[in-house]
Amino acid sequence: MSKLYLMRNPRVAARSLDGEMMIMSGRDSTLFTLNKTATILWQSADGATPLDEIVEKKICGEFEVERSEALADAESLARELAGHEILQISDVPIAQQTSVVGEKR
Amino acid sequence: MSGLLQELTEKALAKNVPFSVQLDLTYRCNERCVHCYLDHDDHGEMTTAEIKHLLDEMADAGVFVLTLSGGEIFLRKDFFEILEYARLQRQFCVKLKTNAIMIRESEAARLREIGVESIQISIYSHRPEVHDGITLVPGSLKRSLDAARFLKSQGLRVIFANVLMVQNAQDYPGVRAMADQIGVECTLDPTVTPMMDGDRSVLGLGVGHETLREVFRDQGLVGNVEEFCAIPAPADEDSLAALPCSASHTACYVSPYGDVFPCVQFPLPTGNVRKQKFLDIWRHSKEMNEVRSIRLKDLTTCTSCSHVGSCTRCPGLAFMEGNMRGPSSQDCEKSFARTGVPSANMLAKKRAANLIQIRVVPALANASAALA
Repeated sequence: MSKLYLMRNPRVAARSLDGEMMIMSGRDSTLFTLNKTATILWQSADGATPLDEIVEKKICGEFEVERSEALADAESLARELAGHEILQISDVPIAQQTSVVGEKR
Repeated sequence: MSGLLQELTEKALAKNVPFSVQLDLTYRCNERCVHCYLDHDDHGEMTTAEIKHLLDEMADAGVFVLTLSGGEIFLRKDFFEILEYARLQRQFCVKLKTNAIMIRESEAARLREIGVESIQISIYSHRPEVHDGITLVPGSLKRSLDAARFLKSQGLRVIFANVLMVQNAQDYPGVRAMADQIGVECTLDPTVTPMMDGDRSVLGLGVGHETLREVFRDQGLVGNVEEFCAIPAPADEDSLAALPCSASHTACYVSPYGDVFPCVQFPLPTGNVRKQKFLDIWRHSKEMNEVRSIRLKDLTTCTSCSHVGSCTRCPGLAFMEGNMRGPSSQDCEKSFARTGVPSANMLAKKRAANLIQIRVVPALANASAALA
């Protein structure tokens, strides 16, 4: 199975509110909120860490869930977020363009 | 407000998060609108570095919606640097307020590239002689409309903001038609705001009762006129426990000099970001917390008013009248024009006027003349 890399779309507006992300699409200003799992994906989407590693370290560590099931759900979620242009996905690492939301620089 | 936005705002309120901030980048302006409440001299605007630092603090505090306004924002040479930082480094949802006369094709393209939620442009009339007579800049209507078209051609969301005054009272249908033709949105505001230094002379530019009454009965503006103008139902306990508005609760305003206020229309100083952290002012300012503590049931005259549950009462305008817990006469006028029912404040003023009528007694009048 090929690796999947995720990268936050720098054109969205995004902020964490009480541990969950609010995201406004840069394409059409549609507003989304991400649940805790999707928030973990968003915050880990640095373009360099493959999805299976994110799932292994951040999701299976946080929730009691089978690795294969978690990976399938995460991939489906990542593709859905990519469809809304909230995330970029690729089978090769994606170059970082901007700083990470909510991270201290 | 959409359901999700409402839900997020309520969550921000519960967590004491400043969800939305208006930041004025400058009070300098290239128009001289006759009703403007600002002093356009530069008294020491924040530098680029200070503004970026403030944006960092606001992002860390949880601010999501950032409105950049002025004065005219495009007069700042570092405007695009600030905007890029706010959008691409700190991921704010950015709204702009501008007269747009400095926006040409290249600026519109750059705004598209950076991405903004909306651009609000002040348009007072469809007639150049009226619009330009208000801005006091010949040719300004044409330039603002050209800009609106450039922005629209980039796929950006544009909103015309039309302030209703005696000069342009009859022109709002023309502005709306023009907005429709260009394909942009349009808002109408019948409130003229006192100057920030308290000078109320500009209020004379506001429209009178009859015009307000007509506007509130324009189906194209208000939708269901019968519903909009209905006599208000008595307020129940729940509505009396409601918040007067978002100022200090989920929103605040920062001036170009770093002063923080509950709202752009509420000139109660609460702190300065050059001396204090933004979040400390938001959370701990005595003034911010005083405004935050007020519920509709705490209002002096308004609690007994039949309009209390449906009035657009602005706490900032009430503050400028002398009491942040008191009525805002301009909103009393609006409630009256809308429903035909005078507000408690209007009735009290009428009673007071009847009580203090002065009648000159001839003998005393003679004595006064002798003293003079």
